[in-house]
Amino acid sequence: MRGYLLRRAWQSLLTLVLATVVVFLGVRALPGDPALALAGEDRTPEALAAIRREYGLDQSLPVQFWRFLTNALQGDLGTSIRTGQPVSSMLRTALPVTLELSLLAIAIAVVLGVGAGVVAAVRRGRPAEWVANALALLGLSVPHFWLGLVAILYLSVATGLFPASGFVPVSESVAQNLHHLVLPAVILGTGLSAVIMRQTRSSMLDALSTDFVRTAEAKGLRPRAVIGRHALRNSLIVVVTIVGLQLGGLISGAVVTEQIFGLPGFGKLTIDAVFQRDYPVIQAVVLVTASSYIVINFAVDLLYSIIDPRVRVTGDAS
Amino acid sequence: MTATAPPESLVDAPPVLDVRDLSVTFRTETGSVSAVDGVNLSLAPGEIVGIVGESGCGKSVTAMSLAGLLPRSARIDGSVRLQGQELVGARPSTLRAARGRDIAYIFQEPMSSLNPVLTVGRQVAEVLQVHERLSRREALERAVELLALVGIPSARERVKHYPHQLSGGMRQRVMIAMAVACSPKVLIADEPTTALDVTVQAGILDVLRDLRDRFGTSILVITHDLGVIADIADRVVVMYAGRIVERAGVQRLFDRPQHHYAAGLLSASPTPGRHAGTHRLQEIPGLVPVLEAQPDACTFADRCPAATARCSSAAPPLEPAPLAADVGDHPHEVACWHPRGDRPRPTVEEHA
Repeated sequence: MRGYLLRRAWQSLLTLVLATVVVFLGVRALPGDPALALAGEDRTPEALAAIRREYGLDQSLPVQFWRFLTNALQGDLGTSIRTGQPVSSMLRTALPVTLELSLLAIAIAVVLGVGAGVVAAVRRGRPAEWVANALALLGLSVPHFWLGLVAILYLSVATGLFPASGFVPVSESVAQNLHHLVLPAVILGTGLSAVIMRQTRSSMLDALSTDFVRTAEAKGLRPRAVIGRHALRNSLIVVVTIVGLQLGGLISGAVVTEQIFGLPGFGKLTIDAVFQRDYPVIQAVVLVTASSYIVINFAVDLLYSIIDPRVRVTGDAS
Repeated sequence: MTATAPPESLVDAPPVLDVRDLSVTFRTETGSVSAVDGVNLSLAPGEIVGIVGESGCGKSVTAMSLAGLLPRSARIDGSVRLQGQELVGARPSTLRAARGRDIAYIFQEPMSSLNPVLTVGRQVAEVLQVHERLSRREALERAVELLALVGIPSARERVKHYPHQLSGGMRQRVMIAMAVACSPKVLIADEPTTALDVTVQAGILDVLRDLRDRFGTSILVITHDLGVIADIADRVVVMYAGRIVERAGVQRLFDRPQHHYAAGLLSASPTPGRHAGTHRLQEIPGLVPVLEAQPDACTFADRCPAATARCSSAAPPLEPAPLAADVGDHPHEVACWHPRGDRPRPTVEEHA
């Protein structure tokens, strides 16, 4: 297990460095010059040169990259070209919003998706399955920006049940915080829950027809134990994989959802930064996103070994 | 069939399991399939009965139907009484209470029949937690004893293992430990040794026999392997295409098979000494038919060397075999218009 962990850590580090290079070059391949954006009205060559010098944009790309990397390793992600604030402090305010939104969305998606998937599999061929399937189809095919707009229109503007936009940090009021986040989290979670539901349903159907489920029934276990302890636990291996893969989509989905609900999270930070050619911010955002992907993948792998003891053995052997 | 005296009248104690006129039909997309037709069967306390037949002859379906383990597409008719309690059409809670406690199962493939993500100890303990209301710790403690009982060495360590960490024979022992955890009256072993090495098979059969001797468990062994029947069973029931075609004490069946199907099965199995040298084993031509409905005819007629016009026009009832010799402890019955009578077990030449 230790060898496996070390190898995974090394792979993760390599991925991270590669992601950084790609982002660094990608940002600079964008059309547009940050110096021009910053200079505003004063577009004299002298002013532009001063700006470029100030932000190190006059250096060669390898030098710029090296400075970015060494500073990043020391926790210094640079200064925003747009706001003049340290990027790290901008991340510190934006990250918790997105993190909370994503976690809530995942929680909602897993509860709804696994629940509906199990019901659809167990009640196969009965009305409950049709309802679950129909909802899943809706969840998959309705784009969530549209769903978000509809929700704002009917649940916020028309009835005032939920705030239409804005954010209150947990530190100020937990109730207010949740009140602001529930709607966007549900909207963000629906698409994912539909995917999870489809996956849970099909792997549950497989699991329910296995020999060991028949054994569990032959033991006289209650349906709840047969379904939960025996069938579902085996199905979760597939479900965890899907959730892990879908989390990437969730992060990009969060960008759109945050924009619609006016949440000051990562998505908003990213979009603003891209429009302003705010190199340090874009780089930092992608760095954090890439790191979170890597962390998520790592977590998924660890989850496997918790759910499926057979994975533990393979991990030891190789 | 009803004219026959039921075999259980010959034994002193009432049967623990009494199956009457059991029929199973599956609804499929292309129509219904009759898997079991009018099966009568009883198990005396401490008796080991074998059901033998080819794949598709209805023996496993019969076994599964006893505790209602068939899918919803199966329709079960007739009566299954376990210690007097009717199980056909019983409420799910009644069935659940009986399963694992009064009637337990061992399946063919121990790898797939055990849950891969739970420790074997946990899987054995589960039964005790449900039926004997033991706490998890007490149940695990009992699981250790049960694993030792079925001959698993260092049981205390083994309870913490997962199925994939055990050998096939050990897994099947775990299945047995699980099945006998609550000392069931009836144990149904569906092809218990088929997936195992020959050397391991004998050990598993020893465990089953030992359980019968120690706890008086009645065992129904489903198999296509006549060697297993010869090794362990007291009585044998031969099934073909969903019907019982012959039943007798094991020795009797091996010496004087009455039904041509039973005779065919015997000459298709290797026996030490009998087919020594150059003879090939005899196969039964054709396959077990899949029946939409049970015809009023002998279903074996197409493959039978002794078939006549009568065989295709009326189903023979299960009746006492026309034998001069003494039937022994168990009645010998056969459903055939042209039973083999006092002829001994066929030689290879006779069938060829």
